[in-house]
Amino acid sequence: MDEHLKIELGKQGIVVTTLQELYNWGRRNSIWPMQFGLACCAIEMIATTMARFDMARFGAEVFRPSPRQADLMIISGTVTKKMAPQVVRLYNQMAEPRYVIAMGACAISGGPFKQGYNVLKGIDRYIPVDVHIPGCPPRPEALLEAFMALQKKIDAQPLTGAGRPRFLDSEARGEFPIPVPGEHDLEPASNRGVWPVEIETGTKGPRD
Amino acid sequence: MLKTVEEIKAAIEAAIPGAGVEFVPNPGPAAEHSLLLRPESAVAVAKFLRDDAELAFDYLSNVTGVDWPDKEIVEKVKAMRITTKTVDGVEQQVEETVEETRKRIEPGCLEAVYHLYSVAKKHGPLVIRMRTENRTDRVTLPSLTPIWRGAEFQEREVFDLYGIVFAGHPDLRRILMWEEFKDHPMRKDFVEPDDYEYEPTAHDHVLKRAQAHPAAVVASGSQRWRDEGIR
Repeated sequence: MDEHLKIELGKQGIVVTTLQELYNWGRRNSIWPMQFGLACCAIEMIATTMARFDMARFGAEVFRPSPRQADLMIISGTVTKKMAPQVVRLYNQMAEPRYVIAMGACAISGGPFKQGYNVLKGIDRYIPVDVHIPGCPPRPEALLEAFMALQKKIDAQPLTGAGRPRFLDSEARGEFPIPVPGEHDLEPASNRGVWPVEIETGTKGPRD
Repeated sequence: MLKTVEEIKAAIEAAIPGAGVEFVPNPGPAAEHSLLLRPESAVAVAKFLRDDAELAFDYLSNVTGVDWPDKEIVEKVKAMRITTKTVDGVEQQVEETVEETRKRIEPGCLEAVYHLYSVAKKHGPLVIRMRTENRTDRVTLPSLTPIWRGAEFQEREVFDLYGIVFAGHPDLRRILMWEEFKDHPMRKDFVEPDDYEYEPTAHDHVLKRAQAHPAAVVASGSQRWRDEGIR
Protein backbone atom coordinates (compact mmCIF):
# COMPACT_ATOMS: atom_id res chain seq x y z
CA MET A 1 0.00 0.00 0.00
CA ASP A 2 1.11 3.50 -0.75
CA GLU A 3 2.75 5.05 2.29
CA HIS A 4 1.20 8.50 1.74
CA LEU A 5 -2.29 7.06 1.44
CA LYS A 6 -1.71 5.15 4.64
CA ILE A 7 -0.76 8.35 6.45
CA GLU A 8 -3.77 10.21 5.00
CA LEU A 9 -6.11 7.46 6.12
CA GLY A 10 -4.44 7.53 9.53
CA LYS A 11 -5.32 11.22 9.81
CA GLN A 12 -8.94 10.31 9.20
CA GLY A 13 -8.81 7.80 12.01
CA ILE A 14 -8.52 4.71 9.86
CA VAL A 15 -5.67 2.35 10.57
CA VAL A 16 -4.58 0.33 7.61
CA THR A 17 -2.13 -2.48 8.12
CA THR A 18 -1.32 -5.96 6.98
CA LEU A 19 -1.39 -9.13 9.00
CA GLN A 20 2.33 -9.46 8.38
CA GLU A 21 3.07 -6.03 9.82
CA LEU A 22 0.91 -6.63 12.84
CA TYR A 23 2.37 -10.07 13.40
CA ASN A 24 5.97 -8.96 13.07
CA TRP A 25 5.32 -5.91 15.25
CA GLY A 26 4.17 -8.17 18.02
CA ARG A 27 7.00 -10.61 17.51
CA ARG A 28 9.78 -8.08 17.50
CA ASN A 29 8.61 -6.21 20.58
CA SER A 30 8.33 -9.14 22.92
CA ILE A 31 11.54 -11.06 22.54
CA TRP A 32 12.23 -12.70 25.86
CA PRO A 33 15.83 -13.79 26.26
CA MET A 34 16.81 -16.91 28.07
CA GLN A 35 18.43 -16.37 31.44
CA PHE A 36 21.81 -17.95 31.13
CA GLY A 37 25.34 -16.70 30.79
CA LEU A 38 28.49 -18.55 29.82
CA ALA A 39 31.43 -16.29 30.63
CA CYS A 40 32.50 -12.68 31.05
CA CYS A 41 30.18 -11.46 28.25
CA ALA A 42 27.32 -12.40 30.57
CA ILE A 43 28.35 -9.53 32.86
CA GLU A 44 27.86 -7.10 29.99
CA MET A 45 24.55 -8.77 29.19
CA ILE A 46 23.45 -8.27 32.79
CA ALA A 47 24.53 -4.64 32.62
CA THR A 48 22.43 -4.22 29.47
CA THR A 49 19.32 -5.26 31.35
CA MET A 50 19.92 -2.85 34.22
CA ALA A 51 18.72 0.73 34.54
CA ARG A 52 21.49 2.52 32.66
CA PHE A 53 21.11 0.66 29.38
CA ASP A 54 17.62 -0.61 30.07
CA MET A 55 16.88 -3.41 27.65
CA ALA A 56 13.23 -3.12 28.75
CA ARG A 57 12.87 -0.34 26.18
CA PHE A 58 12.88 -3.05 23.54
CA GLY A 59 10.42 -5.33 25.26
CA ALA A 60 13.15 -7.74 26.30
CA GLU A 61 13.43 -7.20 30.01
CA VAL A 62 11.91 -10.55 30.96
CA PHE A 63 14.73 -13.06 31.18
CA ARG A 64 13.13 -16.46 31.32
CA PRO A 65 14.82 -19.18 33.33
CA SER A 66 13.16 -21.88 31.21
CA PRO A 67 13.95 -22.47 27.54
CA ARG A 68 10.26 -23.29 27.00
CA GLN A 69 9.32 -19.67 27.66
CA ALA A 70 12.26 -17.97 25.95
CA ASP A 71 12.47 -16.59 22.42
CA LEU A 72 16.06 -15.49 22.28
CA MET A 73 19.26 -17.22 23.21
CA ILE A 74 22.14 -14.86 23.88
CA ILE A 75 25.34 -16.92 23.68
CA SER A 76 27.24 -14.71 26.07
CA GLY A 77 30.75 -16.06 26.28
CA THR A 78 33.11 -18.90 25.54
CA VAL A 79 31.44 -22.15 24.60
CA THR A 80 33.64 -25.01 25.69
CA LYS A 81 33.34 -28.35 23.98
CA LYS A 82 32.01 -29.77 27.21
CA MET A 83 29.26 -27.14 27.33
CA ALA A 84 28.33 -27.18 23.62
CA PRO A 85 25.98 -30.23 23.76
CA GLN A 86 24.04 -28.57 26.57
CA VAL A 87 23.77 -25.30 24.64
CA VAL A 88 22.40 -27.13 21.58
CA ARG A 89 20.03 -29.09 23.80
CA LEU A 90 18.70 -25.88 25.36
CA TYR A 91 18.25 -24.43 21.90
CA ASN A 92 16.30 -27.52 20.88
CA GLN A 93 14.07 -27.09 23.90
CA MET A 94 13.13 -23.55 22.98
CA ALA A 95 9.80 -23.09 21.25
CA GLU A 96 9.57 -21.34 17.90
CA PRO A 97 9.94 -18.52 17.09
CA ARG A 98 13.47 -18.55 18.44
CA TYR A 99 16.51 -16.48 17.70
CA VAL A 100 20.17 -16.59 18.58
CA ILE A 101 22.60 -13.75 19.21
CA ALA A 102 26.24 -14.84 19.37
CA MET A 103 27.77 -12.29 21.70
CA GLY A 104 31.48 -11.62 21.70
CA ALA A 105 34.59 -12.98 20.05
CA CYS A 106 34.41 -16.39 21.75
CA ALA A 107 30.81 -17.12 20.81
CA ILE A 108 31.37 -16.20 17.17
CA SER A 109 34.75 -17.84 16.57
CA GLY A 110 36.41 -19.07 19.74
CA GLY A 111 38.03 -15.68 20.26
CA PRO A 112 41.35 -15.64 22.11
CA PHE A 113 40.88 -19.35 22.88
CA LYS A 114 40.41 -20.31 19.24
CA GLN A 115 43.53 -22.45 19.10
CA GLY A 116 42.60 -24.30 22.28
CA TYR A 117 41.73 -27.98 22.31
CA ASN A 118 38.70 -27.48 24.55
CA VAL A 119 36.96 -24.48 23.02
CA LEU A 120 34.29 -24.59 20.35
CA LYS A 121 35.29 -22.36 17.46
CA GLY A 122 31.97 -20.55 17.24
CA ILE A 123 28.50 -21.69 18.24
CA ASP A 124 27.35 -21.29 14.63
CA ARG A 125 28.95 -24.69 14.02
CA TYR A 126 25.90 -26.28 15.63
CA ILE A 127 22.97 -23.86 15.67
CA PRO A 128 21.89 -21.09 13.29
CA VAL A 129 22.90 -17.66 14.56
CA ASP A 130 20.86 -14.57 13.62
CA VAL A 131 23.21 -11.83 14.79
CA HIS A 132 26.94 -11.98 15.51
CA ILE A 133 28.48 -9.25 17.70
CA PRO A 134 32.25 -8.87 17.77
CA GLY A 135 34.04 -7.50 20.81
CA CYS A 136 35.80 -8.81 23.85
CA PRO A 137 33.44 -8.30 25.53
CA PRO A 138 31.06 -6.17 23.46
CA ARG A 139 29.78 -3.12 25.30
CA PRO A 140 26.09 -3.04 26.26
CA GLU A 141 25.51 -0.61 23.39
CA ALA A 142 26.74 -3.31 21.01
CA LEU A 143 24.27 -5.80 22.44
CA LEU A 144 21.48 -3.25 22.05
CA GLU A 145 22.64 -2.69 18.47
CA ALA A 146 22.47 -6.42 17.88
CA PHE A 147 19.04 -6.44 19.41
CA MET A 148 17.86 -3.72 17.06
CA ALA A 149 19.41 -5.59 14.14
CA LEU A 150 17.43 -8.65 15.16
CA GLN A 151 14.24 -6.57 15.37
CA LYS A 152 14.89 -5.23 11.88
CA LYS A 153 15.45 -8.77 10.66
CA ILE A 154 12.17 -9.94 12.17
CA ASP A 155 10.35 -6.92 10.78
CA ALA A 156 11.54 -7.65 7.26
CA GLN A 157 10.48 -11.29 7.30
CA PRO A 158 7.58 -12.18 5.03
CA LEU A 159 5.10 -14.71 6.42
CA THR A 160 4.82 -16.63 3.18
CA GLY A 161 7.23 -17.55 0.41
CA ALA A 162 10.89 -18.36 0.39
CA GLY A 163 12.10 -16.04 3.16
CA ARG A 164 9.47 -17.03 5.70
CA PRO A 165 10.51 -17.84 9.24
CA ARG A 166 11.42 -21.40 10.07
CA PHE A 167 8.36 -22.07 12.20
CA LEU A 168 6.04 -21.29 9.30
CA ASP A 169 7.91 -23.71 7.07
CA SER A 170 6.62 -27.23 7.52
CA GLU A 171 9.67 -28.61 5.72
CA ALA A 172 12.19 -26.96 8.02
CA ARG A 173 13.90 -29.00 10.63
CA GLY A 174 13.04 -28.01 14.17
CA GLU A 175 15.59 -30.04 16.04
CA PHE A 176 19.30 -29.73 15.63
CA PRO A 177 21.62 -32.68 16.18
CA ILE A 178 23.29 -32.58 19.57
CA PRO A 179 27.02 -33.30 19.32
CA VAL A 180 28.25 -36.32 21.24
CA PRO A 181 31.41 -36.05 23.34
CA GLY A 182 33.89 -38.32 21.60
CA GLU A 183 37.27 -39.76 22.46
CA HIS A 184 39.22 -36.83 21.04
CA ASP A 185 36.69 -34.20 20.00
CA LEU A 186 32.98 -33.58 19.69
CA GLU A 187 31.31 -35.78 17.13
CA PRO A 188 30.50 -34.44 14.66
CA ALA A 189 32.86 -31.46 14.79
CA SER A 190 30.15 -29.31 13.22
CA ASN A 191 26.55 -29.60 12.13
CA ARG A 192 26.75 -29.76 8.36
CA GLY A 193 23.24 -28.32 8.22
CA VAL A 194 24.37 -24.94 9.45
CA TRP A 195 28.13 -24.82 8.98
CA PRO A 196 30.14 -23.92 7.03
CA VAL A 197 27.83 -21.21 5.84
CA GLU A 198 27.46 -21.14 2.10
CA ILE A 199 28.90 -18.06 0.48
CA GLU A 200 26.31 -16.68 -1.87
CA THR A 201 28.40 -14.20 -3.84
CA GLY A 202 28.78 -16.56 -6.77
CA THR A 203 32.53 -16.01 -6.84
CA LYS A 204 34.86 -18.23 -4.94
CA GLY A 205 34.96 -17.41 -1.30
CA PRO A 206 37.93 -17.69 1.04
CA ARG A 207 36.92 -21.24 1.97
CA ASP A 208 36.97 -22.58 -1.57
CA MET B 1 60.65 -19.67 56.76
CA LEU B 2 62.08 -21.21 59.82
CA LYS B 3 64.04 -23.99 58.25
CA THR B 4 65.81 -24.38 54.97
CA VAL B 5 64.83 -27.16 52.62
CA GLU B 6 67.95 -29.07 53.60
CA GLU B 7 67.00 -28.85 57.25
CA ILE B 8 63.49 -30.04 56.49
CA LYS B 9 64.99 -32.94 54.57
CA ALA B 10 67.12 -33.84 57.59
CA ALA B 11 64.09 -33.58 59.87
CA ILE B 12 62.11 -35.93 57.61
CA GLU B 13 64.92 -38.45 57.54
CA ALA B 14 65.28 -38.33 61.29
CA ALA B 15 61.56 -38.92 61.80
CA ILE B 16 61.00 -41.49 59.07
CA PRO B 17 64.00 -43.76 58.54
CA GLY B 18 64.37 -44.84 54.95
CA ALA B 19 62.12 -42.13 53.58
CA GLY B 20 64.53 -41.63 50.71
CA VAL B 21 63.86 -37.94 50.22
CA GLU B 22 65.94 -36.36 47.49
CA PHE B 23 66.96 -32.72 47.37
CA VAL B 24 66.20 -31.03 44.03
CA PRO B 25 68.08 -27.74 43.75
CA ASN B 26 66.75 -24.82 41.75
CA PRO B 27 69.65 -23.02 40.09
CA GLY B 28 67.55 -19.96 39.21
CA PRO B 29 67.61 -16.69 41.13
CA ALA B 30 64.45 -17.72 42.99
CA ALA B 31 66.43 -20.61 44.48
CA GLU B 32 63.19 -22.36 45.35
CA HIS B 33 64.60 -25.77 46.09
CA SER B 34 62.30 -28.71 46.41
CA LEU B 35 62.12 -32.21 47.78
CA LEU B 36 61.55 -35.28 45.64
CA LEU B 37 59.60 -37.90 47.56
CA ARG B 38 59.56 -41.60 46.90
CA PRO B 39 56.01 -42.77 46.12
CA GLU B 40 56.22 -45.57 48.71
CA SER B 41 56.92 -43.25 51.62
CA ALA B 42 55.23 -40.09 50.34
CA VAL B 43 52.07 -40.39 52.43
CA ALA B 44 54.07 -40.92 55.64
CA VAL B 45 56.30 -37.95 54.81
CA ALA B 46 53.31 -35.76 54.00
CA LYS B 47 51.66 -36.73 57.28
CA PHE B 48 54.85 -35.80 59.10
CA LEU B 49 55.06 -32.43 57.33
CA ARG B 50 51.50 -31.65 58.33
CA ASP B 51 51.56 -32.94 61.90
CA ASP B 52 55.05 -31.97 63.03
CA ALA B 53 54.69 -29.18 65.60
CA GLU B 54 57.53 -27.13 64.19
CA LEU B 55 56.82 -27.52 60.47
CA ALA B 56 53.00 -27.64 60.61
CA PHE B 57 52.36 -27.42 56.86
CA ASP B 58 48.61 -27.25 57.26
CA TYR B 59 47.75 -25.64 53.93
CA LEU B 60 48.19 -27.11 50.46
CA SER B 61 48.03 -24.22 48.03
CA ASN B 62 48.69 -25.81 44.68
CA VAL B 63 49.05 -29.13 42.91
CA THR B 64 50.34 -29.23 39.39
CA GLY B 65 51.82 -31.64 36.92
CA VAL B 66 54.94 -31.69 34.80
CA ASP B 67 55.53 -33.85 31.77
CA TRP B 68 59.11 -34.88 31.18
CA PRO B 69 59.19 -36.49 27.73
CA ASP B 70 61.76 -39.08 26.71
CA LYS B 71 64.94 -37.20 25.99
CA GLU B 72 67.47 -38.15 23.36
CA ILE B 73 70.89 -37.26 24.59
CA VAL B 74 73.69 -36.94 22.06
CA GLU B 75 77.13 -37.24 23.55
CA LYS B 76 80.51 -36.88 21.96
CA VAL B 77 82.89 -39.37 23.42
CA LYS B 78 86.61 -39.43 22.77
CA ALA B 79 87.89 -42.93 22.15
CA MET B 80 91.34 -44.31 21.42
CA ARG B 81 91.68 -46.49 18.38
CA ILE B 82 94.57 -48.30 16.77
CA THR B 83 94.78 -47.83 13.06
CA THR B 84 97.24 -48.74 10.39
CA LYS B 85 98.85 -45.84 8.65
CA THR B 86 101.60 -45.44 6.13
CA VAL B 87 104.22 -43.07 7.45
CA ASP B 88 107.33 -42.42 5.29
CA GLY B 89 106.56 -45.43 3.13
CA VAL B 90 106.49 -47.77 6.14
CA GLU B 91 103.32 -49.26 7.53
CA GLN B 92 102.91 -48.48 11.19
CA GLN B 93 100.36 -49.03 13.86
CA VAL B 94 99.32 -45.68 15.31
CA GLU B 95 97.09 -44.85 18.23
CA GLU B 96 94.54 -42.27 17.33
CA THR B 97 91.91 -40.27 19.20
CA VAL B 98 88.56 -40.46 17.49
CA GLU B 99 85.41 -38.58 18.41
CA GLU B 100 82.37 -40.79 18.50
CA THR B 101 78.79 -39.62 18.71
CA ARG B 102 76.69 -41.76 20.97
CA LYS B 103 72.97 -41.45 21.38
CA ARG B 104 71.01 -42.65 24.33
CA ILE B 105 67.40 -42.12 25.30
CA GLU B 106 66.73 -40.91 28.79
CA PRO B 107 63.28 -42.20 29.74
CA GLY B 108 60.78 -39.54 30.68
CA CYS B 109 58.32 -39.42 33.53
CA LEU B 110 55.34 -37.57 34.86
CA GLU B 111 55.71 -35.41 37.92
CA ALA B 112 53.25 -34.06 40.45
CA VAL B 113 54.32 -30.90 42.30
CA TYR B 114 52.75 -29.77 45.57
CA HIS B 115 53.18 -26.33 47.17
CA LEU B 116 52.76 -26.32 50.93
CA TYR B 117 52.34 -23.43 53.34
CA SER B 118 51.87 -23.19 57.05
CA VAL B 119 49.13 -20.82 58.07
CA ALA B 120 49.75 -21.51 61.76
CA LYS B 121 53.49 -20.84 61.59
CA LYS B 122 53.29 -18.33 58.71
CA HIS B 123 55.96 -19.96 56.59
CA GLY B 124 56.23 -21.53 53.19
CA PRO B 125 56.19 -22.46 50.45
CA LEU B 126 57.71 -25.89 50.58
CA VAL B 127 57.72 -27.59 47.21
CA ILE B 128 57.46 -31.37 47.16
CA ARG B 129 57.50 -33.53 44.07
CA MET B 130 56.72 -37.11 43.13
CA ARG B 131 57.68 -38.85 39.92
CA THR B 132 56.10 -41.78 38.12
CA GLU B 133 58.20 -44.61 36.76
CA ASN B 134 57.43 -43.82 33.14
CA ARG B 135 54.95 -41.93 31.01
CA THR B 136 52.88 -44.79 29.62
CA ASP B 137 51.75 -47.61 31.90
CA ARG B 138 53.37 -47.14 35.31
CA VAL B 139 51.85 -43.78 36.13
CA THR B 140 50.47 -44.36 39.63
CA LEU B 141 51.35 -42.08 42.52
CA PRO B 142 49.88 -42.06 46.02
CA SER B 143 47.16 -39.49 46.53
CA LEU B 144 47.78 -36.86 49.19
CA THR B 145 44.08 -36.04 49.47
CA PRO B 146 43.81 -38.01 52.75
CA ILE B 147 46.43 -35.65 54.20
CA TRP B 148 45.30 -32.36 52.64
CA ARG B 149 41.65 -32.35 51.61
CA GLY B 150 42.36 -29.41 49.29
CA ALA B 151 44.26 -31.71 46.95
CA GLU B 152 41.09 -33.47 45.80
CA PHE B 153 40.07 -31.32 42.84
CA GLN B 154 43.63 -30.43 41.90
CA GLU B 155 44.71 -34.07 41.77
CA ARG B 156 41.67 -34.71 39.60
CA GLU B 157 42.86 -31.93 37.31
CA VAL B 158 46.36 -33.42 37.14
CA PHE B 159 44.79 -36.81 36.39
CA ASP B 160 42.67 -35.23 33.66
CA LEU B 161 45.36 -33.21 31.93
CA TYR B 162 48.50 -35.33 32.54
CA GLY B 163 47.16 -38.81 33.17
CA ILE B 164 48.78 -39.44 36.55
CA VAL B 165 46.67 -41.97 38.47
CA PHE B 166 46.44 -41.10 42.16
CA ALA B 167 46.00 -44.24 44.24
CA GLY B 168 43.84 -43.66 47.29
CA HIS B 169 42.01 -40.68 45.83
CA PRO B 170 38.35 -40.74 46.97
CA ASP B 171 36.82 -39.69 43.64
CA LEU B 172 39.25 -39.86 40.75
CA ARG B 173 37.31 -38.70 37.68
CA ARG B 174 38.04 -36.21 34.95
CA ILE B 175 37.23 -32.71 36.09
CA LEU B 176 37.66 -30.44 33.06
CA MET B 177 37.28 -32.63 30.01
CA TRP B 178 34.35 -34.93 29.47
CA GLU B 179 34.29 -38.52 30.71
CA GLU B 180 34.61 -40.08 27.26
CA PHE B 181 37.75 -38.11 26.45
CA LYS B 182 40.81 -40.32 26.03
CA ASP B 183 43.76 -37.94 25.74
CA HIS B 184 45.70 -35.92 28.27
CA PRO B 185 45.94 -32.45 26.75
CA MET B 186 48.84 -31.05 28.77
CA ARG B 187 51.21 -33.81 27.75
CA LYS B 188 53.89 -32.81 25.28
CA ASP B 189 52.84 -35.45 22.76
CA PHE B 190 49.15 -34.49 22.75
CA VAL B 191 47.72 -34.22 19.24
CA GLU B 192 45.21 -31.40 18.91
CA PRO B 193 41.84 -32.21 17.35
CA ASP B 194 41.83 -31.27 13.72
CA ASP B 195 38.94 -28.82 13.82
CA TYR B 196 40.60 -26.37 11.52
CA GLU B 197 38.69 -23.27 10.58
CA TYR B 198 39.39 -20.59 8.01
CA GLU B 199 41.46 -17.79 9.43
CA PRO B 200 41.97 -14.45 7.73
CA THR B 201 45.47 -13.91 9.10
CA ALA B 202 46.95 -17.38 9.33
CA HIS B 203 50.61 -17.45 10.24
CA ASP B 204 53.24 -19.77 11.70
CA HIS B 205 51.81 -23.11 12.80
CA VAL B 206 48.26 -21.98 12.01
CA LEU B 207 49.33 -21.35 8.43
CA LYS B 208 50.91 -24.79 8.24
CA ARG B 209 47.67 -26.32 9.46
CA ALA B 210 45.69 -24.32 6.92
CA GLN B 211 47.95 -25.46 4.09
CA ALA B 212 47.67 -29.08 5.19
CA HIS B 213 43.92 -28.90 4.74
CA PRO B 214 42.75 -29.62 1.23
CA ALA B 215 40.18 -27.05 0.12
CA ALA B 216 37.82 -29.89 -0.83
CA VAL B 217 37.33 -30.98 2.77
CA VAL B 218 36.18 -27.57 3.85
CA ALA B 219 34.08 -26.96 0.75
CA SER B 220 32.29 -30.31 0.91
CA GLY B 221 30.36 -29.15 3.95
CA SER B 222 28.46 -26.50 2.07
CA GLN B 223 27.95 -28.97 -0.78
CA ARG B 224 26.28 -31.42 1.56
CA TRP B 225 24.20 -28.59 2.91
CA ARG B 226 22.90 -27.95 -0.59
CA ASP B 227 22.24 -31.64 -1.21
CA GLU B 228 20.31 -32.27 1.94
CA GLY B 229 18.39 -29.02 1.63
CA ILE B 230 18.39 -28.34 5.35
CA ARG B 231 17.39 -24.92 6.44
